[in-house]
Amino acid sequence: MTPYPVVIVTPEREMFRGEAQMLILRGTLGDMGVLAHHQPLVTGVEPCVVHLRQSDGEHRLAASGGFLEVRSDGVTLLLEGAEWPEDIDVDRARRALERAEARLSSPGPDVDRPRAQRARLKALARLEVRGQRPESERAHAPAEAGAAHRT
Amino acid sequence: MPESLRDLRRRIRSVANTQKITQAMKMVAAAKLRRAQEKADAARPYGAAIEEVLRALATGATRRTSPFFEEREVVHPGYVVVTGDRGLSGPYNATLLRCAQQAIGERAASARVVAVGRKGRDHFRRRGYAIISELVPVGDEPSYEQARAIGAVVARAYLDGEVDSWELVYTRKISTMHGQAVAERLLPLGPVSGGETRPSASFLFEPSAEEVLALLLPRYIEALIYRALLEAKAMEHAARMMAMDSATRNADTLIRQLTLERNRARQAAITQEIAEIVGGAAALE
Repeated sequence: MTPYPVVIVTPEREMFRGEAQMLILRGTLGDMGVLAHHQPLVTGVEPCVVHLRQSDGEHRLAASGGFLEVRSDGVTLLLEGAEWPEDIDVDRARRALERAEARLSSPGPDVDRPRAQRARLKALARLEVRGQRPESERAHAPAEAGAAHRT
Repeated sequence: MPESLRDLRRRIRSVANTQKITQAMKMVAAAKLRRAQEKADAARPYGAAIEEVLRALATGATRRTSPFFEEREVVHPGYVVVTGDRGLSGPYNATLLRCAQQAIGERAASARVVAVGRKGRDHFRRRGYAIISELVPVGDEPSYEQARAIGAVVARAYLDGEVDSWELVYTRKISTMHGQAVAERLLPLGPVSGGETRPSASFLFEPSAEEVLALLLPRYIEALIYRALLEAKAMEHAARMMAMDSATRNADTLIRQLTLERNRARQAAITQEIAEIVGGAAALE
C-alpha cells in the first residue's frame, strides 16, 4: 500500500510525524479508514483507538477526540489528548471508566450525559490500547478492514 | 560621624544574604523560563494546524451560521486578564493591569472579568469588578486543562448573552526576554490570521461544514487561550529573571559601597588608637 505523510498533534505536543499506509479511527459519522489518495476531507474524531498502520506493523494510540484533516499532500490528526500505550495508567483509566459508568447509570437530571459518555469512551479507548478492555465491550470494537473506505 | 564598624559589618552581611536569595531566584526563573519556552514551542504545531483547518472552513457562508462570528452591540464587554500569581517580577503585573484598565476604560461597571493569576484577581476584587471566574493559582506551567476550563467559561458566557465581546489581556512575547502587554480581541472571532487561504471547495466536510465548524470553534478558542497562557507565563519568568538579575547587581554595588565605608571606619579607628597611644607615650615622657 502506498504510504502517505501523517502528522498527529495535541495541544501539548507533536505526537507523531512520519508516514503511514493506513489510518483507522472513529469519525463523527462512524469508523473509517484513510488510505493514500483519499479525497480532501475534514471531520470530527470521537474518543477512540487510532490505528496507525505502517509497512513494519501497526501502532495504536488512545485518542480523546479531535479532528481529522485529509489534504492532497498528507493527513493531519488534531487531537485534544492522545497517549501511546506505554504512557497509559491502566488503574487510572479503570477508575475513570467506573466513575463515568456510575454517572451514566444515576438517574439524576444534573448528570451531563454527553460528557459522561465521552469520558466513558475515552477510558475504554485507553484500556483497549493496553489490551485491557472489558470483555463485555469487545463487541463494539471497530470492524477494522471492512470499515475502510476509499474515494 | 560614620556608622559604627559593627553596624556596617552587619549591613554587609545582610545585603550579601539577600543577594544569595536574589541570585538563586534568578537561576530558578531562568530554568522555568526555558521550560515554559519549550512548552510554548511544543504547542505551536497544534495551533497552526487548527488555524489551517479553520481557514478552510470559515468561509463567508459558514461563518454566518456560527454565533461566534456574530458582531452584536456590546453591553457587557468581557476581559480575560492573565497575570502572575506572585510579585518579585519587576513591572510585569503592574504593566499588564494598566493595559487591562486601559482596555476597560470607562466601562468598569458593565465589564465582566475572568481573572487568571492571583495578582489580577486581587486587583479586580479590590476594585469591585464583576469577576465571573478565576483561575488561582495558575502555577509555573499552565496546562491545556486550564485553557479548556477558561474556554468553557468564555464560550458559555458569550453564548448565553451574559458577555457580548471578549478581549484577551496578556503579555505577548516580543523576543525571548521581552514581552508586551496587549489586549487582543477573542470574541466575536475576526478573520483567521496568517497563512494563505486554501480553496475550501475541494474539501469534503463530514457531517457538514457547519457542524464541523461548530465542533472546531470551541477548540480553536481554547487553543488561543492556551497559547496566551503559555506566552504570558514565559514572559513572567523572563521578567522575574531580569528583576532578580538587577537586584543581584544592585546588591553588588551596595556591598562595594559599604565595604569602602567599613574600611574607612576601621582605618579611622586604628588611626585614633595610634594617636591615643602616641599621645599617652608623649604624656609619660
